[in-house]
Amino acid sequence: MLDDFFTRALVAGIGVALVAGPLGCFIVWRRMAYFGDTLSHAALLGVALSLLLEINTMLAVFAVCVALSLLLMVLRRREGLSSDALLGLLAHSSLAIGLVCLAFMTWVRMDLIGLLFGDILAVSRTDIAIIYGGGAVVFAGLCFIWNALFAATVSPELAAAEGIGTERANLVFTLLLAAVIAIAMKIVGVLLITALLIIPPAAARQLASGPEQMAGLAALIGSVAVVAGLYGSLQWDTPSGPSIVVAAMVLFMLSLLPVRYLGARRNSRISGGRS
Amino acid sequence: MDATAQVPPLVRLEQAGIKRNGEWLVRGVDLTVMPREIVTLIGPNGSGKSTTAKMALGILKPTDGSARQRPGLRVGYVPQKLMIDWTLPLTVKRFMRLTSKLSNTEIAEALEETATTHLMDQEVRHLSGGEMQRVLLARAIARKPDLLVLDEPVQGVDYSGEIAIYDLISEIRDRLGCGILMISHDLHVVMAATDQVICLNGHVCCRGTPSDVSKSEAYLKLFGHRADGALAVYEHHHDHVHLPDGRVRHEDGTLCDHCPGHDGHSHDHAHASHGTDKKAQAGQAQGVHDA
Repeated sequence: MLDDFFTRALVAGIGVALVAGPLGCFIVWRRMAYFGDTLSHAALLGVALSLLLEINTMLAVFAVCVALSLLLMVLRRREGLSSDALLGLLAHSSLAIGLVCLAFMTWVRMDLIGLLFGDILAVSRTDIAIIYGGGAVVFAGLCFIWNALFAATVSPELAAAEGIGTERANLVFTLLLAAVIAIAMKIVGVLLITALLIIPPAAARQLASGPEQMAGLAALIGSVAVVAGLYGSLQWDTPSGPSIVVAAMVLFMLSLLPVRYLGARRNSRISGGRS
Repeated sequence: MDATAQVPPLVRLEQAGIKRNGEWLVRGVDLTVMPREIVTLIGPNGSGKSTTAKMALGILKPTDGSARQRPGLRVGYVPQKLMIDWTLPLTVKRFMRLTSKLSNTEIAEALEETATTHLMDQEVRHLSGGEMQRVLLARAIARKPDLLVLDEPVQGVDYSGEIAIYDLISEIRDRLGCGILMISHDLHVVMAATDQVICLNGHVCCRGTPSDVSKSEAYLKLFGHRADGALAVYEHHHDHVHLPDGRVRHEDGTLCDHCPGHDGHSHDHAHASHGTDKKAQAGQAQGVHDA
């Protein structure tokens, strides 16, 4: 069944979407979209390093993302620049350093477009094994820290006061995020990873009434976006990574339509009752 | 309190202080909360009440001095504010389970106590200020804590609701046997069941026990007899005022850079005398002083 490149792409894409959705919920809740962006920009530096040191690409991307988030933690403690500016600084300098490094390595013929926008149609069986193996680890890790991370998201102080290990949960979350970016890079590319992390949760928000439900819906919506995007790219001969993101965007727009109407009606009823 | 000699305190601050950007938010605070004891912190805005509570909770580490909790202490915390983002779908029921595993019965019982059972399936971000306060309180007591820390628990609650919450807090103290550390939003009116009032103003200004509100005619006029038993006054007198530039103005008009008793020990406040707290006079308790 995995002989066909298109099937392999579907299986790999769904695998990534299944973990990106729940993890992405936390990015949306914690307003960390720009942080996700920063990590994915840094992924390019990871690719350059992997070529330079001749090590596994995913491993190098993971290592660079982890190093970058630790660096950010240290820099944030030294009060000075706002974390907004810090993120921008780290995102673009790591992207630039990555590109400069790649240019120096004249012996490497690099498909930059594939790196930036992903090459989901070229996934191998090994890639699928890594996606599902790594994905299972990320999923297990997220389940393990879910309650603590959620409490820390709702109120860091409340969670810390009541004995929740917020620091540990935050650290594990950062590691998981780095892992997902390393895994997902090949599917949608450096520039569009954040889209896969935040658009499905944003679409799920309209329909969910609880955090766990929202995570499940985000995984589902992400998978639907992968399937729709890939068939769309086959149909209209469009680049696959961007097509997936466009499909996710369309799902988000659809989620806005009926529920907003119902929500408005419900809200007016509530305020009417209160006045 | 003879029992205090044997029982270890739930939390103990010793000469604790926090410095941020070269300025002391609060310093030299000595504070203990024993089981079944109610300690109320009062003081003007920015006097370090919340900072002190956060040191006791272990959220902030003191720059100076020490803050120790009894090992294995189970804390229930009612923060001053809690903003829930639109992106976060969170019902009251799920919110109750935020930091502890609770059965449906336990959740229902806790909400019942604060008269918020009808809010169970509401989204937290749709709650009004008073509803939010009561849900926060329900969540904290559902944990059956050893130490309950309440940061202005009655803000946004109307007057009769305030009395009901104070009654509930002392009832919880009796039932669970927990210690309570409470920050009062009012400079002069505290919960009657309070064992110890600590007045902060960047340091411990003074401490003492509240006097019964029913003894103060002015308060009776203000609040009526319904307040009997729930509220008390803490009348006190400050001999100096902290100016915005960090200097201190004494009663006789002299200025200096430090408080007279910056270590927090030597204070000569006259307790239960006629209050002339300059900052408080601008506040809502004006009528009391005029009386």
